[in-house]
Amino acid sequence: MKSGHKPKLAVWKFASCDGCQLSLLDCEEELLAVAGHIELAYFPEATRAEIRGPYDISLVEGSITTPHDQHRIQKIRRQSRLLIAIGACATSGGIQALRSFARVEDYVRVVYAHPEYISTLERSTAIAKHVQVDFELRGCPIDKYQLLEVLNAYLNGRKPNIPTYCVCVECKRRGTPCVMVSRGEACLGPVTQAGCGALCPAYARGCFGCFGPMENPHTEALSERLKALGVSEGDMIRLFRSFNAGAEAFRKESKAHVRIEK
Amino acid sequence: MCASKNSRTLKVDYMARVEGEGALLIKIKNGAVKEVKLNIFEPPRFFEAFLRGRKWTEAPDITARICGICPVAYQSSSISAMESIAGIRIDGPLRELRRLIYCGEWIESHVLHLAMLHAPDFLGYQDAIAMAKDYPAVVQDALRLKKLGNDIMKVLGGREIHPISMRVGGFYKVPEPSALQQLVPELEWGLEAAEGLARLVATFDFPEFTRDYTYVCMRHPGEYPLCEGRLVSNRGMDIALDAFYEHIEEEHMEHSTSLHSVIKGEGDYHVGPLARFNLNFDRLTPRCQALAEELGAAPPCNNPFKSIIVRAIETLWACEEALRLIQGYVMPDAPSLPAEPRAGRGHGCSEAPRGICYHTYVIDEEGIIQEARIAPPTAQNQRTMERDLRELVPGLLGLSNEELTWKCEQAVRNYDPCISCSCHFLRLEIDRDA
Repeated sequence: MKSGHKPKLAVWKFASCDGCQLSLLDCEEELLAVAGHIELAYFPEATRAEIRGPYDISLVEGSITTPHDQHRIQKIRRQSRLLIAIGACATSGGIQALRSFARVEDYVRVVYAHPEYISTLERSTAIAKHVQVDFELRGCPIDKYQLLEVLNAYLNGRKPNIPTYCVCVECKRRGTPCVMVSRGEACLGPVTQAGCGALCPAYARGCFGCFGPMENPHTEALSERLKALGVSEGDMIRLFRSFNAGAEAFRKESKAHVRIEK
Repeated sequence: MCASKNSRTLKVDYMARVEGEGALLIKIKNGAVKEVKLNIFEPPRFFEAFLRGRKWTEAPDITARICGICPVAYQSSSISAMESIAGIRIDGPLRELRRLIYCGEWIESHVLHLAMLHAPDFLGYQDAIAMAKDYPAVVQDALRLKKLGNDIMKVLGGREIHPISMRVGGFYKVPEPSALQQLVPELEWGLEAAEGLARLVATFDFPEFTRDYTYVCMRHPGEYPLCEGRLVSNRGMDIALDAFYEHIEEEHMEHSTSLHSVIKGEGDYHVGPLARFNLNFDRLTPRCQALAEELGAAPPCNNPFKSIIVRAIETLWACEEALRLIQGYVMPDAPSLPAEPRAGRGHGCSEAPRGICYHTYVIDEEGIIQEARIAPPTAQNQRTMERDLRELVPGLLGLSNEELTWKCEQAVRNYDPCISCSCHFLRLEIDRDA
């Protein structure tokens, strides 16, 4: 960033629960310091004030699910020097991507009395499916310290230091005994990207994949292991189809189990 | 926008300082409000549809994703519903831990809203960061108090947003008493800080505006309502949870992806802090009651703008309750009770910071969800928010468009609307005629 210029940050929301942008407000000890170095130019969850673009950094939360939002994201990309997708919705389509495995018209009818009032797309897709994204920060929700690291890195012109190895590494580092080995629990940790600090195993339960697939995940090998633990095909489908159901590696593995189940 | 004060259209295309996406349209013709629409364009995510086919034990983690601001509300309500089907009754320390994590969510959510999102309206700032320049101690205390709420959630649930420890039957893991004891000094500070916030917000200028609301909230025989009880109103409703849809119906309006709830034969109703406070004042602690009396905010309190005082009092209550729960905590023998599915329908409800969050599910004998229906608090308040605006605006026509628009936004923020959750919501347009 140019010296003497306070970079302008914008925060945008698409289909989501608001939790990832809330992470920024959850930086209780850092928020006022961040606001000292960055101009919160557009952040409607926190402020009425609105400074026009272009913006130095845009944080984008949520997935694209409506024709209107398909256009909106293009406009945001044009106004943003750097665009960072934050959270499982923005990086893989989120839990609402489960519609890809069903017919969206059926979904509308289950929830709404007047389907004709509802405008929605057949798929819930990641931001990168629509525009070029400079960085994808994973998590459901994202980790606020990873968010601060990403902002810090871009403000200082360096690459963010966000690991792409799996949750198992964090378990080992934390000294948590493997829940699959010691308790026979189904766990997505071996194929899921680190970032949460291996929370679930530390709370005596298996990982359910909030941070999406790691780099080169061996999903088939994990499925073999899960099968040996007695996990049913149906449960395996559900395990791979949750908050990152739309991520390619998880989507593909879940489909393999659908074929077996049939 | 038209220059005439008696005929104009006011529009807010994207409401700020609320959670989620919504807009407001108000059309005024010859000094009369012709139309008020809270336009909710938060894209639908279809939770009730994709919950079908999922396991009953997955509902807490999945429904938490309806709302990043009040995930514990969704987890609690879904867990209660599933436990009612399985015939599980949680008591003792497990029940107390559930209340404790919920207190954390109340503190975090209430302080975020009252200090960071709502107080700037009363003091004339665009946001809390601008407010911090003139009121640094207030904003810093608020951030510290908010962090305290988050810390409670973190100790019990691993993280603040979408905590991971709650399950049907109890918890995956319960804390050592020493881990909870570490929260005590900050909670003792929190009592004073919450009381200080209540005293501050009580000095704000409140518009002269009251309505004869129908309040709906939970009621428990001995406790201020949180995660158990019957549903009651100030008009004589007193029902068990399973009678919810016998009394409440949902309407799908063209301008909202969030269903509007009404009481059959009665119309709109009001959920949230004012409802709880007016109907459960006798269940508050003596300290909260005395503070409310001193601040001139004791029931009947029918001015929705004063909900900010009630949120601060409820924050004090949550700190007191958290302390009580921690002081009495004895580690349970097991982190959870065994939970086996059986076919049936169950109902669960809890008091999210912004009002009752009701869930009902049907599961089969394998525990697979066959049907899910969720009534989030903001969806239930939609009609009430629109009516508030309809009755508020005629008295404010002397204001400029900009002032009137801001006042209308403030009136919507009285409800701490959580649009992401209601939609399964908010743009402001004010139309002073053409």
